[in-house]
Amino acid sequence: MSQASRKRGFEFYVLAAFFSLFVLFLYGPMLVIFILSFQGPTGGLTFPMRGVSLHWFYDLMTSGRYGDLGGALSRSMILGGLSMLITVIVCFFAGLAFRRRFWGASIIFYLCIISLVVPGILVGLGISQTFQILGLRLYWWLSGLGAHLSWTLPFGLLIMFAVLNRFDSSWEEAARDAGASAWKTLMYVTVPILFPGLIAVALFGFTLSYDEMPRSILTVGGSNTLPIEISNMTTTVTTPALYAIGTVTSVISLLVIGAAFASISIIQKRRARAK
Amino acid sequence: MSSRSNSAGGRFSSYLQVAPMALLMFTLVGIPLVIVVLLSFWQTDGITIYREFTWSNYASVLNSPVTLALFIKTIKFALITLIITTIIGFTCSYFLVFYVRNLKLQIGLLLVCTIPFWTSDVIRMVSWIPFLGREGIFNSILMRLGLISHPLSVLLYSDFSVVLAYVYLFTLFMIVPIFNSMSKINPNIIEAARDAGASKWMILTNLIVPLCKTGIALGSIFVVTLVMGDFFVVNVMSGGQSASVVSAMKNNIDQLYYPQAAAMAILLVVLVLLLVTAILRVVDIRRELAR
Repeated sequence: MSQASRKRGFEFYVLAAFFSLFVLFLYGPMLVIFILSFQGPTGGLTFPMRGVSLHWFYDLMTSGRYGDLGGALSRSMILGGLSMLITVIVCFFAGLAFRRRFWGASIIFYLCIISLVVPGILVGLGISQTFQILGLRLYWWLSGLGAHLSWTLPFGLLIMFAVLNRFDSSWEEAARDAGASAWKTLMYVTVPILFPGLIAVALFGFTLSYDEMPRSILTVGGSNTLPIEISNMTTTVTTPALYAIGTVTSVISLLVIGAAFASISIIQKRRARAK
Repeated sequence: MSSRSNSAGGRFSSYLQVAPMALLMFTLVGIPLVIVVLLSFWQTDGITIYREFTWSNYASVLNSPVTLALFIKTIKFALITLIITTIIGFTCSYFLVFYVRNLKLQIGLLLVCTIPFWTSDVIRMVSWIPFLGREGIFNSILMRLGLISHPLSVLLYSDFSVVLAYVYLFTLFMIVPIFNSMSKINPNIIEAARDAGASKWMILTNLIVPLCKTGIALGSIFVVTLVMGDFFVVNVMSGGQSASVVSAMKNNIDQLYYPQAAAMAILLVVLVLLLVTAILRVVDIRRELAR
């Protein structure tokens, strides 16, 4: 930060302007569709606003034109919750295991990397064909959940690596030396210390599943998740109802992100006070 | 640590801890991908799939003149997006790391760049529609400024809007890894270079860029694989006029030609892996990350 300690020069303002433009680029379009989702009943897909109303939100809920949006939303929420729970538990233990060397560690690691690198729809095709060959039917809560886990687990593991990188395992050794059982060490030492990191894993687990589309298309069977419904709407719906559903789902995502950030910062503040 | 890692009990508990992960990854990724490889060698008449070996799926994909065009187009999209996201990602990280003095503000601004990652890509893409259409915001601004007399129709449903959406969606995958490697640069090195008489430009090109190689490589892997795996953005943002390898594969799937789709996908994955290996050749990411 040696440069920063000097006087702010011309470059600072150029770079700051560039960065601000980028942030505007990142959030401007989203803000615009939030605003446009409150179009009046005669309003179109772009400005001008013809009045301000909740018409298009009401339209989403009451008209049957948009398919089973309520069902899709609840399925996406359930899938997000299940993916979050499974991702946190499975990745937590896998992360602990990866601290030691064991046979097969690199196979699992590379499977994770492959799952991230390969096009999502291909994983979906593979899962749906595997079900077909086994003679199983596709259900959103089974094959669909599996497809979501193939996406959330690798991310969860990578985040656990980062979390455990900063974890001092001498805390665990101290607990063991003091006579704590493996279970007690886990519950009273490891989990509490790593808790903020686990919240981060949970955030990824929920949001990546909640917004997942390419892997879901071929694996959810007959009942769609919300992102699939919305992506179908992009080609068929030409009213601000499209923005209204966008606003609804983004607000849900932002609430989840906000809750995760808030709980992490509360824990960290408490720890800082305890010191 | 070392005493535990060698004990049988430690190893046993490792296997127990990693078992659910291993089981899930094998059943959800390992086996399905093997099935896709097998599928690409099976026969179909468009209704039923016969589990008999054939090269014909690859032959028909490779002999089709469309295939080469699709691959070239996909690579073109990937490279253009890669160049733009690298420039934006590098510049933003450079600003955050070297020009934002307050550490808390620095992290906060980085978070501002990453929050969209946790929201829906579909919605983020949709949010460009009010901007780019014939009666969209850009056209009306340009017309009001008197720069154009007729609304531009190339803004939406063109290659331009596809690349714009890619840059919009994927730049944050570039910012985070570059920021990460840039913030690890020891300020003393830069101080030393300046004392030795290096100009700012020399410090940037001879010192900072090489030290960010790992971040740029990681980000490139993300961006290249994301663009090459996409079918949705290219479909919607080009209005169906442009196609990528995966969108063509999606068409095959919709017509129930699974084996051809699988063959195409395998070719794409081979290409992606070659590109990733090429990137890894330039930078040894695993070694650099352990640094």
